[in-house]
Amino acid sequence: MENLINIFVKSIFIDNMIFAYFLGMCSYLAVSKTVKTSVGLGIAVIFVLGITVPVNYLIENYLLKEGALTWLSPEFADVDLSFLTFIVFIAVIASMVQLVEMVVEKFTPALYNSLGIFLPLIAVNCAILGGSLFMQEREYHNLAEATVFGLGSGVGWFLAIVGIAAIREKIRYSNVPAPLRGLGITFIITGLMGIAFMSFMGIKL
Amino acid sequence: MKSDRESLFSARNMKLLTNPLNDENPITVQVLGICSALAITVKLEPSIVMAISVMAVLSIANVVISLLRKMIPPRIRIIVQLVVIASLVILVDQILKAFAYEVSKQLSVFVGLIITNCIIMGRLEAFAMGNRPWPAFLDGVGNAAGYGLILVIVGFFRELLGSGEVFGYPVLEKIGLYRIGYEDNGLMILPPMALIIVGVIIWVQRAKNTKLIEEN
Repeated sequence: MENLINIFVKSIFIDNMIFAYFLGMCSYLAVSKTVKTSVGLGIAVIFVLGITVPVNYLIENYLLKEGALTWLSPEFADVDLSFLTFIVFIAVIASMVQLVEMVVEKFTPALYNSLGIFLPLIAVNCAILGGSLFMQEREYHNLAEATVFGLGSGVGWFLAIVGIAAIREKIRYSNVPAPLRGLGITFIITGLMGIAFMSFMGIKL
Repeated sequence: MKSDRESLFSARNMKLLTNPLNDENPITVQVLGICSALAITVKLEPSIVMAISVMAVLSIANVVISLLRKMIPPRIRIIVQLVVIASLVILVDQILKAFAYEVSKQLSVFVGLIITNCIIMGRLEAFAMGNRPWPAFLDGVGNAAGYGLILVIVGFFRELLGSGEVFGYPVLEKIGLYRIGYEDNGLMILPPMALIIVGVIIWVQRAKNTKLIEEN
């Protein structure tokens, strides 16, 4: 249990998707103009990461890894399908996003309408594929750890996008030098927020 | 669509190649492909490898999608595009692992993330789906070059100011800056500085090119 909390806190603050790895920057910069839409996108990202990371964990460990197919028959002990990782992961993510979209549309039409175009766009959000690839690289021990890691990364992304959206709403009233307006100042603020988040770095859990 | 007899390097085609370097730069103007651009620019060498990989994937994917553009049903085009991109990225990944193992280790997951690099999806959607293969190829090369340009600038400054080297060669030490009390700026190696450098690049670019300035 303690281990799971560690992974959760670590993936939110120390290994924050945006501030430590710059993943999902494109939608982060494009959608962060108002707090309301960024909250919607943030929740959708938490949701999709929380599903795709454990699903990809199962695929990785029972299909793709070297020797992963032994549960079928011991003959497959030296089959190594890991070169297929990218294509399988992205297929899982694309179909999962499609599935989530249909479920949300069917059961909560209100949420579906407020998310609009952002749901399908999540398929090409680097944070989602990044979550699965980091899961693979860091070799989590069981399904629970992988799930917690996925959820934590999503929450970290959520915090980052809501934070920058709030700042951008306020900065509209400031006198920013003309060439810096819009994109430029957003980059610099994100950099400063990243430096602030680095204060979590030394923490050992 | 123009006539078939348009020359391969006509003015219009050359524009496809040069526009993304400045007026339509994928990073600073179109806001595409930032995800992978920033994390790998600590040193110059991985930045260049990344730029070349993206150029290979983007130009080939543009040509393939442009050839297939009339056959792809619009409803499943995203999955078709992702499959094309993913196969190309797997090739690049395997080649890097075979011939440049050290760099491939440094790039870690970011080679895989070329798949979701918005530059590639963005250009496929915006250009390759509606144009012939040759302009699509030029568009791919041009956009990847614009992307690579920013990567190289950021990589150069971060390596020079952060560890005092260029391509691993200790320039500042040779000049003798350390003897008069200069110290490397450790902050430059850390990820957030990449964002600030890109912010400054945008500032400089828009100060020169005033038509890119946004309202707020």
